[in-house]
Amino acid sequence: MTSPISLEAMAASVPDGALLALPPDNSLPSVALAKALVRRGARGLRLLGVPVAGFAADMLIGAGCVAEIETSAVSLGEAGFAPRFSAAVKAGTIRVRDCTCPAVHTMLQAAEKGVPFMPLRGLIGSDILAHRPDWKVVPNPYEGTGEDPIVLLPALQPDVAIFHAVMADAEGNVWLGRRRECATIAHASKRALVTVERVVPGNFLEDERLAAGTISATYVTDIAIAERGAHPVALLDEYGFDAAYVSDYARMARTEAGFAEWLAREVTAPQAAQRAVAAE
Amino acid sequence: MSDIRLEERLAAVLARLILDPEAPPARHIAVGAASPIPAAACWLVHKQGHPVRLSLLHKRSGNPFTEGTRELFDLTGQGRIDLFFLGGGQIDGKANLNLVGTGEWPGRSVRFPGSFGSAFMYAMAHRTILFREEHSPRVLVEQVDNISAAGVNEPGVFRRGHAQALVTGRCVFRFHPDRARFSLQSLHPGETVESIREATGFAFDVPETVPQTPDPTPAELALLRGPVCDEMLETYPEFCARVFDRKAAA
Repeated sequence: MTSPISLEAMAASVPDGALLALPPDNSLPSVALAKALVRRGARGLRLLGVPVAGFAADMLIGAGCVAEIETSAVSLGEAGFAPRFSAAVKAGTIRVRDCTCPAVHTMLQAAEKGVPFMPLRGLIGSDILAHRPDWKVVPNPYEGTGEDPIVLLPALQPDVAIFHAVMADAEGNVWLGRRRECATIAHASKRALVTVERVVPGNFLEDERLAAGTISATYVTDIAIAERGAHPVALLDEYGFDAAYVSDYARMARTEAGFAEWLAREVTAPQAAQRAVAAE
Repeated sequence: MSDIRLEERLAAVLARLILDPEAPPARHIAVGAASPIPAAACWLVHKQGHPVRLSLLHKRSGNPFTEGTRELFDLTGQGRIDLFFLGGGQIDGKANLNLVGTGEWPGRSVRFPGSFGSAFMYAMAHRTILFREEHSPRVLVEQVDNISAAGVNEPGVFRRGHAQALVTGRCVFRFHPDRARFSLQSLHPGETVESIREATGFAFDVPETVPQTPDPTPAELALLRGPVCDEMLETYPEFCARVFDRKAAA
């Protein structure tokens, strides 16, 4: 394991046009890295919401970093619709591949297993299926000829998994507690970039109580320290959801000008960038 | 009782539907994102002493899933989720749901957040209660612009359950999957069959007599305002502050 890298170096390692897998707002998104991607001026990113997207995705879309999003929803939770996502859909400036939550998980699980596709029940009769030429309906081969139609989903391997965990150890293992969809994302992706609150000595895999909530360093490409890196989203029992911050964002991001003002204040202004560096 | 809030009335209505003896038993209920009233209904059933397992997807502490949210879908795929709740930006007379958006795909007129797990859950849970507080021709339409999740399927397509009912701020409809139609089950106070017809974009069946939706009992209200609210403070702080005048400790 190499030492942690800086947040800005991590953002620089994400090429324009990459397919990024992001967890939702209740499951350890790295808002810190999303902000760093905005600062680096990332372009043409393709986002995968696993299985839905939230605050970080809306901000990246508003900042013009995103060409395409594949997700089952984009939402700010109690703060309502995602304003920049909604505006981009209306303007036609973003390509949306609508998905449904278990389909995202299933496509990633196929990639985890290294198989070309996996079947999933349901979906038949939905326009989501009708708009996904890459999803196929076949008869269940274990039933009589032509019976029991079922949907096949192709394996999906993201270029980069991005999430925020509580801590990494000296070996580069990452602990994320029960939010193991992040493990699925890491297993399925070519690279995993993980921001953490802190790096601690030792090896989580030697500790029976921590091992089950740990992703082995096998799957982790790089780690960067970003204190409060999930903020304004909650991080397990470390800190809560900052509803006032998200409400303020939702209000300002209703207009493009308001969003630009918010972005300048919270992300791109020299002070905002310095706050991020200071936290490293 | 004039001081019953609509949210409390709706939670009590949903609780009775959960316990409907004609429906398959609700041993395990999952409640998704942004569903405070269905969550309150589930907690009410729980606090009334019924043996029901609640899996609240957005509960931060004590979240039931240790393999991430895919566990919910795996459980449902196996038939181990008895009841789920869904809503929709549009709901039509065949119980099709639109959570994607209106106008041309993928919602070029008004984009909604997205379909979440609806296209799977609606078919694979043993039953679904549809809930949408706004009851207007804008929401309850003859035909949805885009189908996130289909109300019924062609014969031969594997499907475990359907909509049981649709609860709105004005009434309760029962759904009949055999004929893919709703019928009016009860009217909330102040509503008539005529007022429901005016507010509803789809055709529905009307039985000879349509009762009024019963008020929550004092015991139900006491549970909602006390122990149910206690359980909901962490996940739905804004809802608890607005409906129950309770704020979470800082």
